[in-house]
Amino acid sequence: MNDTKSPLEHEEKVGVYVCHCGTNISKVVDVDDVAKWAENNPHVEISREYKFMCSSLGQELIEQDIKEKGLTKIVVASCSPHMHEGTFRTATENGGLNPFMFEMANIREHDSWITDDEEAATQKAKALVNAAIERVVHHQPLEEIPVEINPNTLVVGGGIAGITAALELADGGNHVYLVEREPSIGGHMAQLDKTFPTLDCSACILTPKMVDVDHHPNITLLTWSEVEKMDGYMGNFEVTVRKKARCVIEEHCTGCGICIEKCPFQVVDEVFEAGMGKRKVIYRPFPQAVPKYPVIDKENCAFFLKGTCKACEKFCPTEPNSIDFEQEDEILKLQVGNIILATGFELFDVKRIPQYGYGKLENVFTSLEFERMVNAAGPTEGKIVLRDQKSSPKSVAIVHCVGSRDENYHKYCSKVCCMYSLKFAHLVHERIPDAEVYNCYIDMRTPGKGYEEFYDRLLKEGTNFIRGKVAEVTDSARTAEEEGKLIVQVEDTLIGRQRRVPVDMVILSPAIEAQPDSKEVSQLFKMGCDFEGFFIERHPKLDPIATMTEGIFIAGACQGPKDVPDTVSQGAAAASRVASLISRGTVMMEPIRASINEDACSGCKICNNMCPYNAIEFIEEDGVSRVVTALCQGCGTCVAACPSGVITGAHFTNDQLISQIEGLLWDMRELEPVPAGKEEKK
Amino acid sequence: MKKFAYFPGCSLEKMASSYHKSALETTKAYDIELQELDDWNCCGATTYFHVDQLLAHTLVARNLALAEKERLDLVAPCSACYKNAFFTNKVLKDDPDLAEHINFALEEDDLQFNGEIDVHHLIEIFANEVGPDMLKKKIKNPLKGLNIAAYYGCQIVRPRKNGEEIENPQYFEDIISAMGAEPTYFPERLRCCGGSLIMTSREAALDMVRILLQSAEKNGAHVIATACPLCQVNLECYQEQVNEEFGTDFKMPILYFTQLLGLALGLSPKKLGIGIELVSATPVFSKLLPKEAN
Repeated sequence: MNDTKSPLEHEEKVGVYVCHCGTNISKVVDVDDVAKWAENNPHVEISREYKFMCSSLGQELIEQDIKEKGLTKIVVASCSPHMHEGTFRTATENGGLNPFMFEMANIREHDSWITDDEEAATQKAKALVNAAIERVVHHQPLEEIPVEINPNTLVVGGGIAGITAALELADGGNHVYLVEREPSIGGHMAQLDKTFPTLDCSACILTPKMVDVDHHPNITLLTWSEVEKMDGYMGNFEVTVRKKARCVIEEHCTGCGICIEKCPFQVVDEVFEAGMGKRKVIYRPFPQAVPKYPVIDKENCAFFLKGTCKACEKFCPTEPNSIDFEQEDEILKLQVGNIILATGFELFDVKRIPQYGYGKLENVFTSLEFERMVNAAGPTEGKIVLRDQKSSPKSVAIVHCVGSRDENYHKYCSKVCCMYSLKFAHLVHERIPDAEVYNCYIDMRTPGKGYEEFYDRLLKEGTNFIRGKVAEVTDSARTAEEEGKLIVQVEDTLIGRQRRVPVDMVILSPAIEAQPDSKEVSQLFKMGCDFEGFFIERHPKLDPIATMTEGIFIAGACQGPKDVPDTVSQGAAAASRVASLISRGTVMMEPIRASINEDACSGCKICNNMCPYNAIEFIEEDGVSRVVTALCQGCGTCVAACPSGVITGAHFTNDQLISQIEGLLWDMRELEPVPAGKEEKK
Repeated sequence: MKKFAYFPGCSLEKMASSYHKSALETTKAYDIELQELDDWNCCGATTYFHVDQLLAHTLVARNLALAEKERLDLVAPCSACYKNAFFTNKVLKDDPDLAEHINFALEEDDLQFNGEIDVHHLIEIFANEVGPDMLKKKIKNPLKGLNIAAYYGCQIVRPRKNGEEIENPQYFEDIISAMGAEPTYFPERLRCCGGSLIMTSREAALDMVRILLQSAEKNGAHVIATACPLCQVNLECYQEQVNEEFGTDFKMPILYFTQLLGLALGLSPKKLGIGIELVSATPVFSKLLPKEAN
């Protein structure tokens, strides 16, 4: 590796600007002292402190100094580059320099925000500023790389978030590929009966949107499909999608449904009906499914199991026949410019809390089971009944926070459970007027338009509210009154007493969880997911839609628990972000790329396989490797791997990094290492 | 023969001597040797940890160090002893500074805690070390027709071990099935017996005992099996007072699981300390179906 520093070609004049950030930095770091101290560095021409460097006046200060004092390099010590690197690069450019003649020292997130020790913080700020000065003198001018944006977009997930995003983009005249894992789009919202707090019918507001997707000339709908691979970069992704065999030929099928009617086999529908109802083996998850084509469940189909039956084929009225038992999975390669992930959520498995009795005590239900039960199109046609399918409960307890706000499972609040638990209480009152309903909650969380009003309404409808976390649900009766009932043991913290509430039915409101495969999905799309499995947004407040990977956006509950209005907003927002990139046509990418000094390359090919983006090709005739700049993401893997040290990462050269480290360790200079052999002498 | 360091604890010295006897007899039948720790001391019981945590840990650490010296895992038959030993072992393993501090005191006795052994409850030896298959193999006198309520109590499941089903354990029932008896459905099986509450709040304590007895009786148990001397005392010795207080008529024998296992192994009741109960177990044994033609 080339360790000797190249001598500076000409005298550099560095301008240093230390920001107070209001009091964010200055309350811990002695900003004046840092600015004054920086003047000692021989490269520094001028060093200033300023209240808000990111303000227009702060930026103008940089521009002015470049013009008046002939500065050649700029250092700003302030917040994280994520916040304002772009701002100060622009200011540097406006002053007449190449924007990359700038370096940022993060003395807020990395310093003032993490300690109260003023002396240590000031000391660290000095080291960080010095490191930036030593680095910036080695900066070279770079030109941003223009990238053309393919106007097609991939949306992954056909729930309400994905549907919204797809329609927004398609309505704007852009082509969208909408990929959904299940046989129909609609997601969880299609399973719901009513939506809070307005109580409008979920299907009635969702299905028109599903139909729009189906008929939209700009949307290619790929259901019963999964993304397997993603290559490329922002503007030019290539995505591999597996379209699973439906065993139904979509070009011929009219969706008449005769095959479903004639299929002699039924299985319990664990997905759409949450185990509450049955479906045929050739099926559509629900009557309004989009697309209308059914799918054969190969695992349970008599033909695939025993080679007999074929009823669906026999009765199919189309010419030619729409059933194709031989159909194979199709692999599609899609070229898209941007990707929106809207992969949704899963519900917490309530069996993980055995003291709530689910699976052992038959009249304990999950919220999704209840949701299907109260749905007019569901297995009981909207009747609220116990597991015997006959008796209607005279008393119902709804248990909040099952797996949420619980340090043994999920610490977070799932956000929607309070509201749908209130909705459940209302539906019970509406359909069984003399039933008692108990809502056992930890805190009632109803922040949202019309939400608190809905809570008020339920208080007036006569729901019993018990503030306390349920300890257990048991059938162990202690009194005659408890006999034959489910007993909810709960501490009522408002009256300061343990209570045992005997009821006929218990509904558990489980936590919203990330999809079980969200980690793999985040790896596939080369972006991050947090400890809980939710996708990580670029900024928790100011950019909850983009990810740290350019060109990849997230929408809906895959980012965190969300209700329908929030999900729809985020879906539309993601679409608008993509639309803005598409209408720009070209975007400038940071020119941080690797390059190989071909004269010195030994042709060992080690870097070829190391590159995660397949961006290095081997030139046979010259016997050297070459970086395909358009594919390189500047990750630096090859730079570190090259045994001859002939790969350079632009803006991360050895000179720059070693100078930065030396600058950081300025106060260690006196501690010269003991020359070899000396210590042995004694 | 597998060998363990045996920490009987104060209760087994006198009050729970039948547990002591039956524990030794039954382990022996399965080729397990319980070697009593030489010069062991009190575990701190249920109270000392609330009085002075450092001294309580030191007290327990001394027993752990004694077992370590023998290079044997520690076995405690009493749930309170077990819980204390388990916790201190874990706390000191996780906190080397505290361990060092305590070792300073143990040095007086020429002892040292190094965190090299594990702590088990006696029932875990039967559940895991022996296992239900092996248990079954040595049963000579299956307790057919006997409905036994497996009463875990609370302390036995309190150390949250990784991945263990603390809210829904099954091993006690499996042991009872292995004896040839029927484990009774007993939804209150993990509830507290009241511990030492009887000293401070008699009424509340008696009610806790009543709930347990009522649930076992209602679900058809002939006998309650326990794995803890404190549970045994609360359920048995206060049964009469429960009857007086609540006008009930419980006559529920409370036996240690080792006593029942011993009977199934064909050991004599005397060897197992049976016959000194306050609530006689004799009527229970008439429940055993007449042995089929042998």
